[in-house]
Amino acid sequence: MSTLTALARLKAVRDGTAQRITTVRHCHLAPRPMVFVPLQLAGEALAPLAAMVGTDPDHPRLLVVPQPRNRDLRFAFAAELAEVLLPYVEGFAKTTETVERKSGDPYERCLEAPQILVPNRSAAAFTGLLGRSTRFRRADGPYPVHPSVPLLGRWLTYFADRSRRPGSCLMTAMTEALSAHWATGQSALEDANLAALVGWIDPPAGMDGRRAAEEAEDPLLWPPAGPATDPGFDNEVLGPAVRAYEEAPTARAVERVAQALRTQLEPTWRLMWRAVELLRALPEGSRVAGRWETDRGSFTRFLELIAEGGPPQARRDGAVGAAARLAALERARASYDVQRAYDDPLVMAEYRLTGEAFTGTVVSADPENTEGEGRSRKLRPLVTVRTADPARLTPGAVLGSPDRRGHAAEVVEVDGDEITLKVTKGMGRGKVAAPGAVPEPGERVTYTTLTDDFQSSAALPEPERTPWTHGGPPEEYVPDDDDAREEWS
Amino acid sequence: MRGRLDELRGPVPPRAHDARAIAALAANPGCARRAVLDAAGVDKDLTARHVGFPAPFGQSQFAITRGNVFEALVKENGCAELLRLLRELLGLPIAQVGYQDVESVGSHLRHSHTRALIDRAAREGDDAAAFYDHPLLSLRIAGQTSYLEPDVVAFQVGGRFHIVEIKSFAVIDGQAEPEKVAAAARQAAVYVLALRALLADLGHDPERVSHDVVLVCPENFANRPVATLVDVRRQLAVLRRQLDRMTRVDHLVEELPPGITFDLAPDAEGTPTRPAREVAGALRQVPARYAPDCLSACDMCMFCRDEARCGGSTDQLGRQVRDQLGGVSGVAEALALAEGAAEPAEGQEEIAQLLRLAHRLREESLG
Repeated sequence: MSTLTALARLKAVRDGTAQRITTVRHCHLAPRPMVFVPLQLAGEALAPLAAMVGTDPDHPRLLVVPQPRNRDLRFAFAAELAEVLLPYVEGFAKTTETVERKSGDPYERCLEAPQILVPNRSAAAFTGLLGRSTRFRRADGPYPVHPSVPLLGRWLTYFADRSRRPGSCLMTAMTEALSAHWATGQSALEDANLAALVGWIDPPAGMDGRRAAEEAEDPLLWPPAGPATDPGFDNEVLGPAVRAYEEAPTARAVERVAQALRTQLEPTWRLMWRAVELLRALPEGSRVAGRWETDRGSFTRFLELIAEGGPPQARRDGAVGAAARLAALERARASYDVQRAYDDPLVMAEYRLTGEAFTGTVVSADPENTEGEGRSRKLRPLVTVRTADPARLTPGAVLGSPDRRGHAAEVVEVDGDEITLKVTKGMGRGKVAAPGAVPEPGERVTYTTLTDDFQSSAALPEPERTPWTHGGPPEEYVPDDDDAREEWS
Repeated sequence: MRGRLDELRGPVPPRAHDARAIAALAANPGCARRAVLDAAGVDKDLTARHVGFPAPFGQSQFAITRGNVFEALVKENGCAELLRLLRELLGLPIAQVGYQDVESVGSHLRHSHTRALIDRAAREGDDAAAFYDHPLLSLRIAGQTSYLEPDVVAFQVGGRFHIVEIKSFAVIDGQAEPEKVAAAARQAAVYVLALRALLADLGHDPERVSHDVVLVCPENFANRPVATLVDVRRQLAVLRRQLDRMTRVDHLVEELPPGITFDLAPDAEGTPTRPAREVAGALRQVPARYAPDCLSACDMCMFCRDEARCGGSTDQLGRQVRDQLGGVSGVAEALALAEGAAEPAEGQEEIAQLLRLAHRLREESLG
């Protein structure tokens, strides 16, 4: 946590309301996201209990497992979820755009992509586990399930995987999205409670954030956002309802369980849509669309992979796959951090505080300065900036600027509060710099050592050439009946 | 000392610690309030409820049932399933292992019975191999004996004892939730320590208790158990250090004002009759070290959180925030430094400068 965020939290404590820690929104919000609020039975590895899911705030679909320990009912739940989720996901396959590439053939990319919103990190983890327990099933063979179940499993696995990637918005955990934009007057641990977090950000009239958050901790007023249920509810309401169903599995008994679970899900369902509104109200950062484009590309590739009949995702990555995954996550993290700083002066302020960036006023400029002679003569305009920031830069450091795209400069000299730079990129092809390419005296500029340059992927061997130090080439995955038969009890 | 602790608790029997409570002690070693309450054997749950801050802990009947069913499955037919698992995991070369259910004797005899059984096993050496179900171990904590019930102690041929801990959280594709594994390891470390103390007391080598505990969990989504060895050396070290500190609870108690007590003055039914305000006042005399982590570990957490909030302490925001504030412990104080409303005291110049800069940058960026 940065000192700036710590300070924002202190202010939130004093003012009794959450404080903004960004000036823009850094996550994409789809025009028609799907909200998914799952609940699971306590004590089990993965026993779906219920879910509220849908794209229309006024018409959620409630899925219920009246006896969560019954295997057939679990698969029926999965099939029902597939009925809602797959048409939504596959609907985005229809409209595509052709993307031209500098090198290589043009390819198709979906114009829009699905976005699934879950309340918190645990719900995303639940989604991953539900994917894991369903993707190896088969529609034929000894324990057939509905054909939609294994397909659902692969999609859920894909979404849960993407949700761990910084900057990706295909599956977003709402508490994480909100915490990335607001600092509350409570601890990060307590921010994991969606109702308390929303209470801090947008308390009901006549109540401050602190009071609203305290009220949100009462499970009777605000049932937990899941997937874990309130133990009191389990013991007093759900337990008897499930037992009644066991004794007589009638439609009425099912309705009793459903009714009980509805009371636990509905408040969170409404909260999720309120949170969507809160996020929507923030202006979108300029690099959000670019990141969403990456998401759309990834989504399109996964659609193709399924259409080609590729195997389900492995249980565990092989050595090469794991290294590649980690490297990709690291690159995504670095790029996401830089992009946010470039999009948002309040995020950039964190780097100004640590000396990795500075903002100041141009005091002098020599736009016609050149270096070298004859053919190797290069235009290197000089700019001197005065700043009050504690910049920690040494001559030769390469800088970028959020003010101008493609602009780059190098530190020439640091003299007290004056920093002299030479512009090295982004001046056009002419003999003189393009108009506006070189900052003019009096202009306020920001420079930083952070750069979002293209990073090539890590050089890793092909999986079949995995060295013996890393276990040698992994066995190829061949789906077998054991996978499809795996117990789910 | 004992008398003073009894006085703090009042005329009720001291509350025994279970392994979970002892493990939780290690989570926040700097908290004097918890150290004193535990040393005196005060019922923290009842106390917290009486002063109006019940802890938000509850357990679902579904989770309890599931845990019991799984444990029964692992132990059924004289731990047959467990034997199969351990044979693979520890390379047990023998087909037969004795099974001793310590619970077969009366509860008052369980501890001495455990002691006798372990003593015999340690003496007989290499030929014996047995499971001890429901053993009762003890551990002296701050001059008070706590009785602990590990799930199973397995005795292996080769002369080493292993603590077996049965948990119902799942291991999926070789991975389990890290927090749950950590909690199980902390708890198992308490048992290792207790069993080592017992061996030492009997004159055997305490190192015969392995620091590798056997964690038995359901595998994937089924009920089939799988066993894993977990090295608890680190947890043991933390625990030992913490228990040493607890024996020094004496001077914490000595510093308390005379006459202070946490006595709830329960009536015949055990309902507290002492005014809650008085109890709360007594509690506040012992400094707490609240951190948000307490919310998942300590019965007093809601009381201490409220205190941190009312007192405007930065503890309420968590260690991450506190670390950024370089020793400034009050919310108002930190804000005054940031906004230039207060001059930094000696030693605060650096943090004050940073906070002022942070404040300026924040205001500037928000426009």
